[in-house]
Amino acid sequence: MKKKVNQKVNWPVTILLILGLITVAFPLYMTIVIAFKQPSEMTNSISGILSLPKSWSLSNFAEAMRVTDFWHSLFNSILITVLTVVISIVIHSLIGYAIGRNKGHSKFYNFAYLYIVSGMFVPFAILMMPLVKQTARLGLANWVGVIILYVVFYMPMNVLLYSGYLVNIPMALEEAAYVDGATTWQTYWKIIFPIMKPMHATVAVLTALGTWNDVMTPLVIMSGSGMTTLPLAQMTFQTQFGTNFNLAFASYLLALLPILIFYLICQKQILNGVVNGAVK
Amino acid sequence: MDKKGMTGRKRTFLAITIPIMLLFFCFNTLPLIQGVIYSFTNFKGYGSFDWVGLRNYIDLFQDSRVGNSYLFTFKLAITATIVVNVISLMLAMGLNSKIKFKSALRGAYFVPNILGALVVGYIFNYFFTYILPAFGKMIGSGTLGSSMLSNEKLAWVAVVIVCAWQSIAMNTIIYISGLQTVPEDVYEAGSIDGATGWKKFKNLTFPLILPFFTINMVLCVKNFLMVFDQIMALTKGGPAQSTESISYLIYQNGMGGGQFGFQSANAVIFFIVIVGISVFQLGVLGKKEEQL
Repeated sequence: MKKKVNQKVNWPVTILLILGLITVAFPLYMTIVIAFKQPSEMTNSISGILSLPKSWSLSNFAEAMRVTDFWHSLFNSILITVLTVVISIVIHSLIGYAIGRNKGHSKFYNFAYLYIVSGMFVPFAILMMPLVKQTARLGLANWVGVIILYVVFYMPMNVLLYSGYLVNIPMALEEAAYVDGATTWQTYWKIIFPIMKPMHATVAVLTALGTWNDVMTPLVIMSGSGMTTLPLAQMTFQTQFGTNFNLAFASYLLALLPILIFYLICQKQILNGVVNGAVK
Repeated sequence: MDKKGMTGRKRTFLAITIPIMLLFFCFNTLPLIQGVIYSFTNFKGYGSFDWVGLRNYIDLFQDSRVGNSYLFTFKLAITATIVVNVISLMLAMGLNSKIKFKSALRGAYFVPNILGALVVGYIFNYFFTYILPAFGKMIGSGTLGSSMLSNEKLAWVAVVIVCAWQSIAMNTIIYISGLQTVPEDVYEAGSIDGATGWKKFKNLTFPLILPFFTINMVLCVKNFLMVFDQIMALTKGGPAQSTESISYLIYQNGMGGGQFGFQSANAVIFFIVIVGISVFQLGVLGKKEEQL
């Protein structure tokens, strides 16, 4: 039995932690107030910058949306992220299954496992320049190419996760399905794939966060295709209209908003996914 | 399973594995090999090129700009890793103690991690360029009175702060899940033996969460060595190339600066360095775990 004293709330720590939140909240507060202000409200003093805006007008946002072509870049970001996640779940779970079921007794699958997982150590910097040439030659210097690259880049981590998870799924399930006349392919889709649902969630969260916020791959691969993603649009904006800070911050806030809303809704799944991915 | 079943199963596995491995080969191994091949040429990124043997590698070790980018990247990675791990561990212990609003606080502290590094960098860029100097003038500090980002000696500190702001969120969550694996009775046994405060942390808590410390160290060092977005958003490598990270230099001069071949050699060395450090870290920290 635990003593009652153990359950007492530690108020000093609670208060310290709440105060510490200022470090998280301050940059966001700054973004919000500047995004709503007019340039004339921005004096050079701190109070001029950080005070609340006189009116909460949405005009900066409308203008930022127009200048950065917000809806298009939002659509592109969603398209790339969703397709990457879906394809990753299908392809990575399949190869994770093939490898996970065989690497214990087969030299070939053990090699395949080490070969793919060691890809984790290859920095993008070394692949970047040859990939630009290669995707251009193959006609893939566009969003399709970016998705293919993401599927390849996230393969090492996801194969590691899936094949690790498979250890917990008993072979007896598959044998029973075989006795009932199912092929391995059918067994996979009817039994194994649904069982791996918790791992799909982890893979989805990690892959989605990575691709949504990634700048470098779309920057070098598809910057010539005239299509932008949300982060890429901020970069163009910064170089072209960098001096109108109110407009810039409205645009930054718009770029952060989708993922913040998503986090508010699926906070638990995201936290679980991130922890699972890192710890396993 | 009978023999017929086994052959069918084997065939299915091969039909899955081979095409996916080929895809991986084409977009990971092939460019890697090409990168190594380019590193022995004087390719500019366009036009014709010649083989130069080891010339690029010899030049690489004499190039002060490359040398400086390695110095900066390592300085950043080491400092940020220490800062992030110390703060994350303290934060995780706080968030794991008996506090009010536990899940709300944990959720709030994780927010920086989900935001894109580029946009976060732009927001901090403004903070360091306008708000901090205004604050510095208010308190009459000469150093803080001008922008950190245009100060050759301080710009790297700003990069560390921004990297840390985002990474602390991630590492804290990993430490919390580590602390949750420590069973309550370990502490009870410890308190009977008189373990309190720092002693309790050093002898009880830390050894038990060592695997999580390993994960965080490896994650931190690898991510910070590859830093790119923050540099792009904060300093673009300046002032006077004092914050040029290795990835940024390879991107900048390899893609636009006509040094495709030379920067390929740089990337090959960078790749070897990353593999070396990762293997070393896993080896050393893995051994430490075994000893306990």
